[in-house]
Amino acid sequence: MIPHGIEVLWEQRDALLAGFATTLAITVLAAVCAGLLGLLLFALLISRVRAMAQAVAWLIDLMRCVPFMLFCYLIYYGLPSFGIVIGNLTAGIVALTIYNAAYIAELLRGGFVALPREGIEAGQAFGFHGWRLLVRIILPPVLLSSIPMLGNQMVQIIKDSAFLVIIAVQELTFAANEIQATYYVPFASFVCAMLLYWVLCLAVEGGVRAVLKVAEARR
Amino acid sequence: MGTGDYLALAAGAANTIAISLLAIAIGTPLGLGLALIRWGRLRGLDNVVGALVSLLRATPAVTLVLLLYFALPTLGLEVPRFAAGVATLALGSMAYNCEIWRAALLAFPHDQLDAARAFGMPRGLRFRLVVLPQIARAALPALVNEMTLLIKVSPAVAVIGVTEATRAAVRIGAATYNPIPPFLVALAIYVIVIGGFVATQRMLERRHRAGLFA
Repeated sequence: MIPHGIEVLWEQRDALLAGFATTLAITVLAAVCAGLLGLLLFALLISRVRAMAQAVAWLIDLMRCVPFMLFCYLIYYGLPSFGIVIGNLTAGIVALTIYNAAYIAELLRGGFVALPREGIEAGQAFGFHGWRLLVRIILPPVLLSSIPMLGNQMVQIIKDSAFLVIIAVQELTFAANEIQATYYVPFASFVCAMLLYWVLCLAVEGGVRAVLKVAEARR
Repeated sequence: MGTGDYLALAAGAANTIAISLLAIAIGTPLGLGLALIRWGRLRGLDNVVGALVSLLRATPAVTLVLLLYFALPTLGLEVPRFAAGVATLALGSMAYNCEIWRAALLAFPHDQLDAARAFGMPRGLRFRLVVLPQIARAALPALVNEMTLLIKVSPAVAVIGVTEATRAAVRIGAATYNPIPPFLVALAIYVIVIGGFVATQRMLERRHRAGLFA
């Protein structure tokens, strides 16, 4: 039973690896975009313009109450109602980006709140304000202290990417499900997919450890 | 959307709540059990639990629910959709809860255990009367946070055909060619359910604080 499943998987390795590659590409692309959008939201969140900061805070809180799958449907089926038609892969990446950007902005805010005020006040005294204050004084320590949390969010993006199977994005879980349905080897194909997700997540954990080590050494 | 659609969404919401509560009721104590195995440094078992937790934490709920629903029957175990959904969410939350309980156990002051032992308290009693009440309080915020995460991944069970709130909304959207209204109702349902959990946590913490300073 199980040897047969492994045999089938080996024959179908190209399909499985293509799914794995898609998951990897989606995850990396969405992580980069979500990181950038998250930084922008974070900047708005701590800005002096109260009304804007409040609006962004509300938006983030709302996003943290929405299941990703519902949000994904909302983007894919909802946008055409507003005349915006996008393909399923684009919709998936857009959904992953916006959803995770909200969480990233919130975790950066957490790092900002924990930051001692003296450094920022000193920066202001030296004439830093606006974007230069943000980029030169605030962001370096905030990003540094947020590295483990950012790693967790990256794992979250990997896991969320599996939800894209519902809008027929051909990622890893989709590939495993296709093989399972065609050759009837559910055990081998899904366990294999789980192990591949595990490899990705362990790689992220290893990456976080390596970055922390470098950061520690350069202090 | 007609009355029937609202009823369908309410039924979906009831399913979401039932599945989530069952998974929480199963996953939380199982997580504590695993944490105790790691805390007690049971030789060999410790590493097995560590690897299992790491694997489960890396597994997307969608993948796990497909595995349980399609693979268990090949091993001669027919599982109903609902049970497969509950088991999936319970396994995921067990893995996360294990880490939460473990952190609380590691932070537990050792001198209290030594004192209890000096008074001749047997092991089970020591855990029940000294350790558990305190780690439960310490772990509560993280546990509730994990419960809200569980509710947010609960739509994963829709892929095997369990009609919970999200799937109910998708069906109505497909039938009426107007997906936005049912999605917004589903959204409101999640905001209320998740908000309910957070409010309960705040109430428990307040009540505890009141008791402490009374």
